[in-house]
Amino acid sequence: MRMSRSYLQVLLTFARNSFVRDTMFRTNFVLECVSSVSWTLMNVGFYLIVFHYTPLIGPESGWGKHQFFVFLGTTWLINSLVQTFFMTNADDYSELIRTGNLDFALLKPIDTQFLVSFQKVDWSALSNFFAGLILLAVSLGHLCTRPEHPLVITPWAVALYVVYVLCGVAILYSLMIALASTSIWLGRNQTLYDFWFYITNFARYPMEIYNRGWGVPLWVLFTFVVPVLVVVNVPARILAQPLYPERSLGWPLAAFALAATVASLAASRWVFQRALRSYRSASS
Amino acid sequence: MYRGDFALGTLMRFLPIVTQIFLWWAIFDTIGGAEPGNAAVAGYSFHNVVAYYLLSMVSRAFSSMPGLASGIALQIRNGEVKKYLVQPVDLLGFLLLTRVAHKLAYYSVAALPFALVFFLCQRFFVGPWPDGLQWTCFVLALLLSFLLGFFLEACIGLLGFWFLEVSSLLFVYMLFNFFLSGHMFPLDMVPQPWHAIVDLLPLKYLAYYPAAVLLGKVPRDHLVGGLLSQCVWVVVFIVLARVMFRRGVRRYAGYGG
Repeated sequence: MRMSRSYLQVLLTFARNSFVRDTMFRTNFVLECVSSVSWTLMNVGFYLIVFHYTPLIGPESGWGKHQFFVFLGTTWLINSLVQTFFMTNADDYSELIRTGNLDFALLKPIDTQFLVSFQKVDWSALSNFFAGLILLAVSLGHLCTRPEHPLVITPWAVALYVVYVLCGVAILYSLMIALASTSIWLGRNQTLYDFWFYITNFARYPMEIYNRGWGVPLWVLFTFVVPVLVVVNVPARILAQPLYPERSLGWPLAAFALAATVASLAASRWVFQRALRSYRSASS
Repeated sequence: MYRGDFALGTLMRFLPIVTQIFLWWAIFDTIGGAEPGNAAVAGYSFHNVVAYYLLSMVSRAFSSMPGLASGIALQIRNGEVKKYLVQPVDLLGFLLLTRVAHKLAYYSVAALPFALVFFLCQRFFVGPWPDGLQWTCFVLALLLSFLLGFFLEACIGLLGFWFLEVSSLLFVYMLFNFFLSGHMFPLDMVPQPWHAIVDLLPLKYLAYYPAAVLLGKVPRDHLVGGLLSQCVWVVVFIVLARVMFRRGVRRYAGYGG
């Protein structure tokens, strides 16, 4: 009990320090917020054009314009949480390994994975979280007030949504920290960001789109081996189209997402510790 | 030295196209099938869209200038630009030649992965084989897009004479570039009245235009005219860069460094 309290205190200190550091250069902070939001707005522009030509993404998939914008909003929520809390840290971690400064982290009387995962918080990335909330609110508003079959959001759905968003964050975190750990073996891990971008790229679309041609092996790969497809798909579906669980894998998929979260976290912990054992510091 | 790593990196760059292919596949399935004959989205069939994405990668390989603007701005800020003022070497000319050399080296290594991807995706290139005129205009448009990309980004870097930090400006430029150059989707899909505006901007020449020429999306009698207006834009940005450099140097020398 005392142990977890002190971890919480350390976490709060990290968060406060980062906030102070981030807001030291206020204009820069505002500019960073604006620029990350404008990237995401551009995405909305793209999909507005797409829905100019098609009513749905995939026949019978249920991903109409507003349902899809719920999906998009969920993507932003999850991505911004990952960026806020873990992106800088994973990047710094690769750098610590390369420079040999990880020695100092190892000496501290605290769990090393905890220390390197939570050291910094990039508060400006949280601006997309609010952009995601706004998009969610607007598109859910449309769905709940449409004339036929208005969507009803139960407290249960909201609770499940929050749980699954957190699961999504956990899966992405596991993937990221495992990727960053590999730089112990590979030396400099320059392409971490690239790799990250390419993998999460697959998570940004409804999984139904892979259900054709040679997409099926991809679907299997990114659902069961690297479970990035469940990250956004499960929470977005729970909120946007709870009426049609039979159209996708439904509840079995949701149960699988929970198992995938636990498995990813365990696997990343294992990779992290395995990698640390091979760490030989950088000779000067 | 890292040729294998580099070729792999180039191949990885095609990965985002994979998800785009599935996205459009699903869209075309919704609106009447992914057969080559179904040109349902702004005159593009599913095969056209995929071919477009692949070709726009080629245009981007010519027009993108990673690190150019930020490099110029950095040289201005840390005073390294003085080097070009005392030596009989012209900053813009020097950078242009460096880029040419850099791009040539890049193509020599990237050609193989590009060829592989195009070979694997050849079934997406439907319709008549482009004729001589189209090929000529395509190659010219690519070369001009290199020049346009270079001088456009040089102008943004030269703004560093007036503002110390151009990174946020550069970000805005990249944002517009990504969206309005046609990197994200064929510009023909933009609905009116926006399309008229996008059509007037020079950004479309950086990715959309060469690809559209080869795909036959530009009417034949507009081919030469399009190239001419691309030339005009190149000249505009060459002159602008020159003027900015001269003014900037005067300002720079005037205030210190």
